[in-house]
Amino acid sequence: MISRHRLETLTEPVVEWIIRLCGISAIIFVFGIFFFVFREAADFLFHKLDFVEFFTSPEWYPTSVSHKRYGVLALIAGTASVTVLAMAIAVPFGLGAAIFVSEFCSPKLKEAFKITIELLAAIPSVVWGFIGLTIMNEMIIDLFNAPIGLTVLNGGIILALMSVPIIVSIGEDALKAVPDSYREAAEALGATRWQVVYKVLLPAAKNGLLAAVLLGVARAIGETMAVLMATGHAVKIPHSLLDSVRTLTATIAAELGEAPVHSDHYQVLFLIGVLLFSITFVVNLTADLIVKGIRQK
Amino acid sequence: MTGQQDTTIINSNPDASGKDPGSSEKQASRNANLFTETPLVRRKRLAENMAKGLFLLMTLLMVIPLILIVTYLFYKAFPVLSFDFLFTNPTHGMRAGGIWAALLGTIYLVIISLLVSAPIGVLAAVYLNEYARENWLTRIINLAVVNLAGVPSIVHALFGVGAFVLFAGMGRSILAASLTLAIMTLPVIIAATKEALGAVPMAFREACWNVGATRWQTIRKIVLPNSISGILTGIILQVSRAAGETAPIMFTGAVFYKAISEGNPFAYGLFDQCMALSMHLFTISTQVPNVPEAIPYATAVVLLGTVLLVNMLAIALRVYLRSRKKW
Repeated sequence: MISRHRLETLTEPVVEWIIRLCGISAIIFVFGIFFFVFREAADFLFHKLDFVEFFTSPEWYPTSVSHKRYGVLALIAGTASVTVLAMAIAVPFGLGAAIFVSEFCSPKLKEAFKITIELLAAIPSVVWGFIGLTIMNEMIIDLFNAPIGLTVLNGGIILALMSVPIIVSIGEDALKAVPDSYREAAEALGATRWQVVYKVLLPAAKNGLLAAVLLGVARAIGETMAVLMATGHAVKIPHSLLDSVRTLTATIAAELGEAPVHSDHYQVLFLIGVLLFSITFVVNLTADLIVKGIRQK
Repeated sequence: MTGQQDTTIINSNPDASGKDPGSSEKQASRNANLFTETPLVRRKRLAENMAKGLFLLMTLLMVIPLILIVTYLFYKAFPVLSFDFLFTNPTHGMRAGGIWAALLGTIYLVIISLLVSAPIGVLAAVYLNEYARENWLTRIINLAVVNLAGVPSIVHALFGVGAFVLFAGMGRSILAASLTLAIMTLPVIIAATKEALGAVPMAFREACWNVGATRWQTIRKIVLPNSISGILTGIILQVSRAAGETAPIMFTGAVFYKAISEGNPFAYGLFDQCMALSMHLFTISTQVPNVPEAIPYATAVVLLGTVLLVNMLAIALRVYLRSRKKW
């Protein structure tokens, strides 16, 4: 029989080894995600892909019998239009809310707002999609006399509501990171709260706020179910807010189920996945570097 | 600008404070005069109030939709919401009946994904907080966690298809879907656990080391017990996240329809396909024509209600913890 002490000294290295393995698991998973998505797309990417056509043609006819065409320009335009609209709404509102919660609020009210915003962030994307499909759809048809309410406008508003919580919470962190001595110095000079905010806090926290916006953008680009349900299903470059579009993410979600495994169509969908992964990776990395940059300063 | 200078000069004049008690009334009126608003002060205050009002409005505009939407969903769902709705299978091509198969499927997915991601996530956080030094590896791990959280859900779905369904040969199954969900929700647990571990004072660990405990003994006996509630908060948030996700399970294990026996909580096997609440909501609101309006609303309410309740539980736990913090 081994003594308890012996047992402990024996298990310790094993446990440490397991912990180390779990520690680097996040790296393994990120590489794993890239590897397995890329693996499915690689064949098409290296042998059949016409880069120029892929990025510049708006013609997406993956199931055409006579002439299959894989141009993602219209899909990129769809993602871009919805994201830009969402950010046009979410950035001012998100930053405004972050400033209010962080600077103008009593502690109790602050707690209440933060909890509500946390709950707003918890609403599943499919429920947002459902809201877009039903409530927003009817509202847009009524308000604009449009034939259909599943449009850029609908998707943009839904995405805005979804990315606001991120912008608020990261933005509030950024404002909180500004040392109190800055505020005190400004107030000692007779500045009002608002003057403190726009003369002192905004310049001091601008990197953190930029990171907040970037993370909001990443969220909006990557969102799938909500835009799948709320933007209609028209693969075209939108000309107005009341046009239907389809985004990169929605295309994968809508077509992966029908594409035969390892067919060209299937591989192109994985290629779009690689594209999405790369875009969000770069945006997240930039945001992270900006935040790290602040901390080092 | 001149107005402000005037005020400052007169204010700083100590003679202005009344030494003669008889003239105090006169003094008061003079003081009141001194503090009348100059145009600059008025403009300053106006800007202040406008900014405050504007930001309040912006915040409210974010908060009010949440309340309105939830109320509206409940109102629309009310006609069919009942216990029967929860515990009967969908019938008539999903145009009648309840959501039992979907509800049970979601419970399976959440529990299995939790069994995978909780230990890995907690141990990963233990590594980052207790073992890792400030070096490039730690930085890369933190970066990977941030990026894992930022990968779009549909890319997680593609990963699940490529790695679990095809490469590992699991096929479309509850297991493949749960593993996909587990990897997707890992950053939630890592972040919450790291915060919880970080809140345990260093002195606790030092005391333990000083009586001869090893690193792992310290973690097991001191650090983890003292941060268990924070870790629990993270796990609760993981549950809410996993329950609500649709895209990652769409192609890895969730199906449109599957009949299971009602009332039997062990109706699914690990390699079966299953229905899920989120997927069910997507299906009946977009793929199936002529569904009575109340059914998708009720499904949405059940899903939303579950997620919000679970989140409120996490918030309540956090508030309770903060109120009885021992150190």
